[in-house]
Amino acid sequence: MSVTLSGYKKPNTEGSFVHYKSQYDNFIGGEWVAPADGEYFDNPSPVDGKVFTRVPRSKKKDIDLAVQKAHEAKEKWGNTPVAKRSKILLKMAERIEQNRQMLALSETWDNGKPIRESMAADIPLAADHFRYFAGVIRGEESGVSEIDPNTVSMHIKEPIGVVGQIIPWNFPLLMAVWKMAPALAAGNCVVLKPAEQTPVTVLLFAELVQDLLPPGTLNIVNGFGPEAGQALATHPDIGKIAFTGETTTGRLIMQFASENIKPVTLELGGKSPNVFTESVMAKDDSFLEKAVEGFTMFALNQGEVCTCPSRALIQESIYDEFMERALKRVEKIRMGDPLDPQTMIGAQASRDQYAKIMSYLDIGKQEKAKVLAGGEAYHNEQYPDGFYIQPTVFEGNNKMRIFQEEIFGPVVSVTRFKDEKELLEIANDTLYGLGAGLWTRDVHQAYSIARKIEAGRVWVNCYHQYPAHAAFGGYKQSGIGRETHKMMLDHYQQTKNLLISYDQTPTGLF
Amino acid sequence: MEQVPRVLVTEKAKRVIDQLRDQHGELMFHQSGGCCDGSSPMCFKKGQFRIGMSDVLLGEIHGCEFYMSSSQFQYWKHTQLTVDITEGRGASFSLEIPLGIRFLIRSRPFTQEEIGNLTPVMEGVQGMK
Repeated sequence: MSVTLSGYKKPNTEGSFVHYKSQYDNFIGGEWVAPADGEYFDNPSPVDGKVFTRVPRSKKKDIDLAVQKAHEAKEKWGNTPVAKRSKILLKMAERIEQNRQMLALSETWDNGKPIRESMAADIPLAADHFRYFAGVIRGEESGVSEIDPNTVSMHIKEPIGVVGQIIPWNFPLLMAVWKMAPALAAGNCVVLKPAEQTPVTVLLFAELVQDLLPPGTLNIVNGFGPEAGQALATHPDIGKIAFTGETTTGRLIMQFASENIKPVTLELGGKSPNVFTESVMAKDDSFLEKAVEGFTMFALNQGEVCTCPSRALIQESIYDEFMERALKRVEKIRMGDPLDPQTMIGAQASRDQYAKIMSYLDIGKQEKAKVLAGGEAYHNEQYPDGFYIQPTVFEGNNKMRIFQEEIFGPVVSVTRFKDEKELLEIANDTLYGLGAGLWTRDVHQAYSIARKIEAGRVWVNCYHQYPAHAAFGGYKQSGIGRETHKMMLDHYQQTKNLLISYDQTPTGLF
Repeated sequence: MEQVPRVLVTEKAKRVIDQLRDQHGELMFHQSGGCCDGSSPMCFKKGQFRIGMSDVLLGEIHGCEFYMSSSQFQYWKHTQLTVDITEGRGASFSLEIPLGIRFLIRSRPFTQEEIGNLTPVMEGVQGMK
């Protein structure tokens, strides 16, 4: 069923992989629970702008219930042997894989991204993430040291208990899994609030795995930021809060956390430079093709990626020749029906996001940046009410607003640099430091320049790869802490030190 | 000569501010940066977001103070901001989210003449009333 010549069948049509309910509830304590106030909100698809289901408009009472259920479950889950926790995570990965087309189609419908991407990235990476944390938790060991012949120090990792997680809307299921997999592996119970724009796929996922997890281990509560998100972030019984989003809310979450002295991890985005040095053009070969494709990565996921390579820095000596090739590649970006596996970029995730990107196209032009490609909305004949924008290339300088702000759209701002000194000046002249790309054939540059770029992730001769065992996180205003990689377990654990004396003699102090 | 304001507000946005003020009391704005819903102005109950030495007060819109972090302001200061409203389902803790609308910034660069005559900004904590 379901994959036609023209692509996937629309959800809620005959033969489609996805049939949504008309309304969903919260997943709390292993059950589907209606919001206390009985209110729901409409969830439209950015693909066609039409409402396809409703989700709970939860408030403090619902968050309180979820936190309570998580606390009731935490002792049992925390004491579940790691081998068993690991096995459950492996089964969750399996369920994702068995249902990958259904989850991928839902992700495309809820978020707007092309099915090609949700099938190739979101869903397989989510499954792999569970497998990775199922693996590393088995291998985790703590340290024991002998302080003196009669004194032993032992470190034991303990789960925090109950953690709150607020998820962004750009990779809705994958970002939920990035946060829940390490938390669950480490023995925590989770209260998770999906983004308002993309609340649904994670609920379909919960339906798939609800028989695997003990009730209360994973709780999902939908709602609006000022009502449900804030209730979660300020909850005194949450041991930790993790957030992906923007700087003002990041600061607000830290302010709330300071009231209860709770740890936070924050991922707040970036304005990532993608640097092309002159050696890239030294040969006309497959590597050059790869670099040109690397330039075009700004359009991946409609630019709605925290590490979107939204500034391209190109060495002056190769600028014209490189840009000629790059623009030809941009021309080949195929827009259209997000359900068609040939489509490369889909719809922006929401109407306000679309309006914001349009406002940046406007200020870019007003600041006299030159439009080299796109610069306008895209009229999708099939979906006239969807939110589509043409891949856009601006040429300008790093002081322009389009070079300094995360537009979160398929927009790249291009500028030139003379030498390594200027390269670093421009690359690091930003408030953020999440990602960066560096393209070079010079091995010395590949290391030394990459080390000097102030960013948590520097892709060298590649871009937009997100394997589970490479740490991801920001320098500067891009946030605090890391995601992915086993070091993530530390963000979800306490360290218990047992300092044990085997000496039978009193110390003689009193 | 009258000083040129750094931040303005549309009539549509004023009506939303009135509506939110009726519901929540006095309000404030803080301009966000970064990913997802970044680059959007956030509306909070006055005092809910703690302004620090790292913020600047750009001015007042319809009775609400409008702040931005001073580091971000360094990159924004050559543009005049207008707070507008768009339909849409934003995330974040901004108070208008449940209404299914979102505050949005429209911008324009100041002219050379205006740049010499802009409203001065105040450091956040000093700017607080």
